[in-house]
Amino acid sequence: MAAVRLFLRTSGVKSSFTGLTGGVHSSLGITLSTDYTSKTKTQRRHAAHFTYYPDPVPTEYGPTQKMNLFQSITSALDNTLASDPTAVIFGEDVAFGGVFRCTVGLRDKYGKDRVFNTPLCEQGIVGFGIGAAVAGATAIAEIQFADYIYPAFDQIVNEAAKYRYRSGNMFDCGNLTIRAPWGCVGHGSLYHSQSPEAFFAHCPGIKIVVPRGPVQSKGLLLSCIADKNPCIFFEPKILYRAAVEQVPTEAYHIPLSQAEVLLEGSDVTLVAWGTQVHVMREVAGMVQEKLGVSCELIDLQTILPWDAETVCKSVVKTGRLLISHEAPVTGGFAAEISSTVQEECFLNLEAPISRVCGYDTPFPHIFEPFYIPDKWKCFEAVKRMINY
Amino acid sequence: MAAACGARILRGIGLHAIRNTALKAATQLQRRAFRVNGTLWQQPFDSPAEKPQFPGASAEFIDHLEFIQPNVISGIPIYRVMDRQGQIINPSEDPQLSKEMVLNFYQKMTLLNTMDRILYESQRQGRISFYMTNYGEEGTHIGSAAALDPKDLVFGQYREAGVLMYRGFPLDLFMAQCYANADDLGKGRQMPVHYGSRDLNFVTISSPLATQIPQAAGAAYAVKRENSNRAVICYFGEGAASEGDAHAGFNFSATLECPLIFFCRNNGYAISTPTNEQYRGDGIAARGPGYGLMSIRVDGNDVFAVYNATKEARRRAVAENQPFLIEAMTYRIGHHSTSDDSSAYRSVDEVNYWDKQDHPISRLRHYMTARDWWGEDEERAWRKQSRKLVMEAFEKAERRLKPNPNLMFTDVYNEITPQLAKQNDAMWRHVQQYKEQYPLDLYEK
Repeated sequence: MAAVRLFLRTSGVKSSFTGLTGGVHSSLGITLSTDYTSKTKTQRRHAAHFTYYPDPVPTEYGPTQKMNLFQSITSALDNTLASDPTAVIFGEDVAFGGVFRCTVGLRDKYGKDRVFNTPLCEQGIVGFGIGAAVAGATAIAEIQFADYIYPAFDQIVNEAAKYRYRSGNMFDCGNLTIRAPWGCVGHGSLYHSQSPEAFFAHCPGIKIVVPRGPVQSKGLLLSCIADKNPCIFFEPKILYRAAVEQVPTEAYHIPLSQAEVLLEGSDVTLVAWGTQVHVMREVAGMVQEKLGVSCELIDLQTILPWDAETVCKSVVKTGRLLISHEAPVTGGFAAEISSTVQEECFLNLEAPISRVCGYDTPFPHIFEPFYIPDKWKCFEAVKRMINY
Repeated sequence: MAAACGARILRGIGLHAIRNTALKAATQLQRRAFRVNGTLWQQPFDSPAEKPQFPGASAEFIDHLEFIQPNVISGIPIYRVMDRQGQIINPSEDPQLSKEMVLNFYQKMTLLNTMDRILYESQRQGRISFYMTNYGEEGTHIGSAAALDPKDLVFGQYREAGVLMYRGFPLDLFMAQCYANADDLGKGRQMPVHYGSRDLNFVTISSPLATQIPQAAGAAYAVKRENSNRAVICYFGEGAASEGDAHAGFNFSATLECPLIFFCRNNGYAISTPTNEQYRGDGIAARGPGYGLMSIRVDGNDVFAVYNATKEARRRAVAENQPFLIEAMTYRIGHHSTSDDSSAYRSVDEVNYWDKQDHPISRLRHYMTARDWWGEDEERAWRKQSRKLVMEAFEKAERRLKPNPNLMFTDVYNEITPQLAKQNDAMWRHVQQYKEQYPLDLYEK
């Protein structure tokens, strides 16, 4: 795979390296850059397709610290390496801190046998991770961009997903977690923007998780690492710096296969994951204001195995469903949700289920603003559903 | 910094030696210095000499154009300990194994051969769905398995049943897997010959070729961190070595310094594809040095040569945390599988040569006969006994019921998901309604 790996960053990046030296030491001894607040504004100006809605400060997990998404990932990895001596982190360029800064400081703190670079070879990274997990280690592999996970498709689909089943539970790679930056980023074009979750959703045996912000990222990533099944954890890279909120410094878990109802509503159910949750939240505000329509917003969080119960319960109440994702519409995961809800809630549905997704094209460079399922496309879809 | 200087000096010695007489000891020193830490062998930038400074390789300049030519005519030599008549060629290489151990080698090889014949026939009769024999490669399995510690983790391809046989996997369980009956440790989910055993540290076989190779590297890395004095061995055919995963595994194991033995069975064919359509270099062994792997080629029909090479590779892999590559030259005497008729692409004469003139079993028998450890009587008695053992296991496996269909839904995940529980219920509702359409009486209740 001869891909050019861009040091792709969201806007405001130029000072990120200097941010390192100007960083403070957290209570965990990891250097976190502190200049994110000034960047949030810059970020919004450039990536205007969503507004980040921070989560309320979690109170049940002890002291919190302001973190952006990449720092909350570092914090989760830090907690894991501290508590599990078998845990190792590896991938392309993770040793110096990673091209998105997710592993900064970990090698110095835990040693080069635990946080290390691999050769540039995705099928090798996942195969290696499976083997380490089979031998009893906690393996946390990084694929530099979700766009480059396909060389490892065979290792994920034919091997990782089927290890426990085919051996009659004698061997498994449940201790494997694969992390990968995911989703559009404003200018990532074909190979730094993809959302490949639906390719993996057709594969029994793995779990697929996408968080919407720093608090979810840490809690869900720690659940993936602790889970006894191989997990793919997709990190919305546009949020690495843009999303900032108070995150508990100690380890905590957010359950997998559980969707979260973020807004209660009565007229339409909105389902999304990752960055698109924030787009949908804005849509809910817009339709409330302009159309007087009350939306129930659900963050699916786990794509596989997904929480059909929460979604169906909501649709039974509202009678209408809009699903939105960045990935192309044909064969996208919205099709699975839509078909299931149609089967389960046929008598409750008052309008056809609507899917607002990426078009069935590769992800374009200069046309990105026209490609993405932005708030206006979603707004229009809700309007049509209400008037159906 | 002292370490860095030391390494530079060592490297200097190495280069000097290469240029002059290629002293073996000195090149080894250089190799070790190179391996201690990749960054150590970089040139100092203040060097006034007209020397290459490129970070990607440690080499001298050369002032004339010259392509490096692969040496495929006179390749890496094939290490052997005994000749085709079972005579030890060089006494200093004789592993001098006890009579008991050699008899065990022979009995395990022949027991595997007997099992192969019976299961091959049973497939021909439609009693099992599929089978792959090990004809001609018994020596590679037994010789290598005997040189390992039982705790060493084995990753295989599918033609390494002898390794399990050597480790004491019961005939009943071989049969249970092929019949996919209720005794199968794999719960009847995979095709025949996809064996596995947690107790014997033999990782369950899967069909996709070469996927186990980078996995073995990861397992070896984990084993190294455990510091438990274990190694990992990974078997694959010369055809599988063409897969991208082989490249990944070789490279990862070298850069991450894994205690791992790559064991390639080069039997001349990947189904119908001969090796000259598989590669144009000097086989698989010649690729090893390109990855920084210590490599050797052995006569795979010589169980002692296989044993010696594996024994030494294991010792050094564990002591030095570095991978080794063993290419065992053999010949696939049987068909690729029961779904293949190999006479469609190779001559009967060719097959007969290897079966009659150069077979690992007959060679070991010559060795034993010359020492008066084995005669016609022992041979007859063992043939009869091994056949009886296999037939008993075979008949028992055939009578056994298949596993409960609920086992179709377990182990997909560690836990049963709500979706799977629902699908399991739906299947049973349907099957109860259409009972007569399904072979329920063959399955455990």
